[in-house]
Amino acid sequence: MTADRPNLATAARRLLATLAAVAIPAMIVATPAMAASAPDAECTPDASTACVVAIVLDGQSNPVPDVGVNISGADFDVDVTTTKEGPASVEVPHVGSYTITLDEATVPDGLFPDATERVVTAQNGIAARSAFRLTTTPPEGAEPTATPTDGQPTDAATDGTVPADEGLGGADTTRGSGPSFGQIWQQFGSGIRFGLLLALASVGISLIYGTTGLSSFSHGEQVTLGAMFGFIGIQWMGLPVWLTLILVMVVCAATGWLQDAAIWAPLRRRGTPVTQMMIVTIGLSLALQYIIQMVIGGRSLRVLPQNPRPLEIAGITLSTASWLSMGAAIVVIGFIAWFLTRTRIGRATRAVSDNTALAAATGINPDLIVRIVWIMSAGFAGLAGMLLAISFGSFNWSLGMLLLLLMFAAVTLGGLGTAFGALLGSLVIGLVVEMSTLIPGMPSDLRYASALVILILVLLVRPQGLLGRAERIG
Amino acid sequence: MELSRILTQALAELIAPTTAAIALAAIGLNLHFGFTGLLNMGQAGFMLLGAYGFGIATMSGAPFWLALVVALASGALFALILGIPTLQLRGDYLAIVTISAAEIIRMLGRATVFQEWTGGAAGLTGSSFKATFQELSILPAAPERGAFGPLEYVFTGSDSWWTRLFAWAAVLVAVLFVWLLTRSPWGRVLKGIREDEDAVRALGKNVFSYKMQALVLGGMLGSLGGVLYVLPRSVAPDSMGRSLTFFVWTVLLLGGAATLWGPVLGSMLFFAVYMLLRAGMREGLEGVVSSTMVEQIGGMLVGVTLMLLVIFRPQGILGNKKELAFDVR
Repeated sequence: MTADRPNLATAARRLLATLAAVAIPAMIVATPAMAASAPDAECTPDASTACVVAIVLDGQSNPVPDVGVNISGADFDVDVTTTKEGPASVEVPHVGSYTITLDEATVPDGLFPDATERVVTAQNGIAARSAFRLTTTPPEGAEPTATPTDGQPTDAATDGTVPADEGLGGADTTRGSGPSFGQIWQQFGSGIRFGLLLALASVGISLIYGTTGLSSFSHGEQVTLGAMFGFIGIQWMGLPVWLTLILVMVVCAATGWLQDAAIWAPLRRRGTPVTQMMIVTIGLSLALQYIIQMVIGGRSLRVLPQNPRPLEIAGITLSTASWLSMGAAIVVIGFIAWFLTRTRIGRATRAVSDNTALAAATGINPDLIVRIVWIMSAGFAGLAGMLLAISFGSFNWSLGMLLLLLMFAAVTLGGLGTAFGALLGSLVIGLVVEMSTLIPGMPSDLRYASALVILILVLLVRPQGLLGRAERIG
Repeated sequence: MELSRILTQALAELIAPTTAAIALAAIGLNLHFGFTGLLNMGQAGFMLLGAYGFGIATMSGAPFWLALVVALASGALFALILGIPTLQLRGDYLAIVTISAAEIIRMLGRATVFQEWTGGAAGLTGSSFKATFQELSILPAAPERGAFGPLEYVFTGSDSWWTRLFAWAAVLVAVLFVWLLTRSPWGRVLKGIREDEDAVRALGKNVFSYKMQALVLGGMLGSLGGVLYVLPRSVAPDSMGRSLTFFVWTVLLLGGAATLWGPVLGSMLFFAVYMLLRAGMREGLEGVVSSTMVEQIGGMLVGVTLMLLVIFRPQGILGNKKELAFDVR
């Protein structure tokens, strides 16, 4: 009896210590979160917030400060002033039509606006932009320049101002005339960028499917996790970007290991049918989605604190961060290809994908391979999430939800279970999604629907996908 | 005193119109998954489409019953479009296509192109489509409110006794419908497909056609559930996304797939406990966590519950483990 007491005391002390150890970092993490959201003069669009942004540019596409702009709509009327950083953004209470009026008295002497009034449509989750261009020639002689009216993010990019939050939500524009070659080339570049990053995210789905037969519905949240950890690393902890990239990959890979060790490996040992595991991934996806919301809230967030700098390479203008992300994606995809074709473990992975029983008979340990696949998949998905958030400027908790359907379309197009099919399919989907906005009259908020159309067409015409084998689909 | 208030809230959830709406959607899903073995991961898409069909038809002047038919027809059409490319393939293709299509429906709903009809991201306001439904009310107009035990609502209105009566009547009709279907030879073929598709094919049955019929019928029930879901509120595309689908799955698996009353029991239990949990957290942790956080913790717990349920008790409360086919074919 007496011997029990000190034990009890130590146990209690240990429990307290553990609680403290858990709670203190949590509090440290929690405080900057509140601090970060407080001084937020700029409007960040999210599911329930609509923003109207007025941009005033001079002839060289540089923002003009101290110009008064009035934004008015149904029972809403505010005056804002542009700053040196550029646009004046304001949160509006309702979706709908808003009129942006330039206060001509505040326009610097010697400059003339191309228009003094523009109408934009505000919508939740979107910053409705409108740009006024100030030229040195009076309006009578001013040529109609291709100003990014109504805010088309990709258009604005060609004009030299990469918008701050070229979010995945996209803005809404209906194009009147046919696209020029420059626009096609620009969208091709954006498509390759999106395709490469999508490939990085979706190769994991394909590897997991190939080795275990499981379609993982929580893979989208793995991507969001990467973006979230990237945000935490850069914005909250102030780490340099390269270090955060590595840490994000490590932490996300650890979530993959944890998942497999805690959930999937025991389920496999029990011989749980794959459908049942698929529903478990749904539960996991739901739980992760709410955990992510708890950490970062419902708003759109920017991973990089600086405004993006545009960089033109071969006639394509993307933000510098986008170019670097593409470079990183190519390096990692190259590594995956090398790993799968040239290393013993990689070849074993493909052997397990082809025929698990046969692979096991030749001395490969399928459980080990599957564990490695989970670690790799989660790590690459996390990396892709952070790179996507960097290249698109901002992200929110629902990033993964959107990506999941694009990833499924990509891996189905390429052939479920084939890693190289996922790469190919992702490039095609990325190109189609970005280039579909070029179709005259195609509103850009419907561009993701094109992925679904491809998915259905592929299933009708060639259900095994481009690189798949017919026997897999039976 | 606080306790009794929380308990009353939970009790109210048992008969809430939303509970009935989700029960109906789960009955549809049960026809898909429980009886036929189809993995429909986009039931919220069917619901949203039904809600839009009903709302838009009513707003263009259709009477109540016609609007209801439009809602059912849009669900059926959606099922056909999704079924044709996928039902001859292995089960996860249907899952992939349905989860994607439901998401696309939500995006189309909030797109500005169709804003004229769908109201964009803001959706359709309740007052724009509820009038025809409320005119049908058979409840007395003279005393406006009525109480039953601790629960008191207006007789006719958005959150009213009439909405409840109608919603639960629809659920009972759906249960009767499923009961008649599943004890018929047609229903036995469905179960046969679930157990062994090839065996049914060997008997000369057209498996694709049967699966399609099940998908269409379940989808129509989902659309009807969507109509009930929006009757006490407005049509908001963002509230009918992927989470709603997963809630319907949790409800179905909690009550028990492949059982007659499973979806109904699951829905009542789910929403009562969910309310108990959130109200309890709001009271007990007041000042510690915000109300948004309570919602988030609640949602997270639903996810964890779904995982544990599928792992440890896949047959749910009422189900029979042997009746459940979890194998992908």
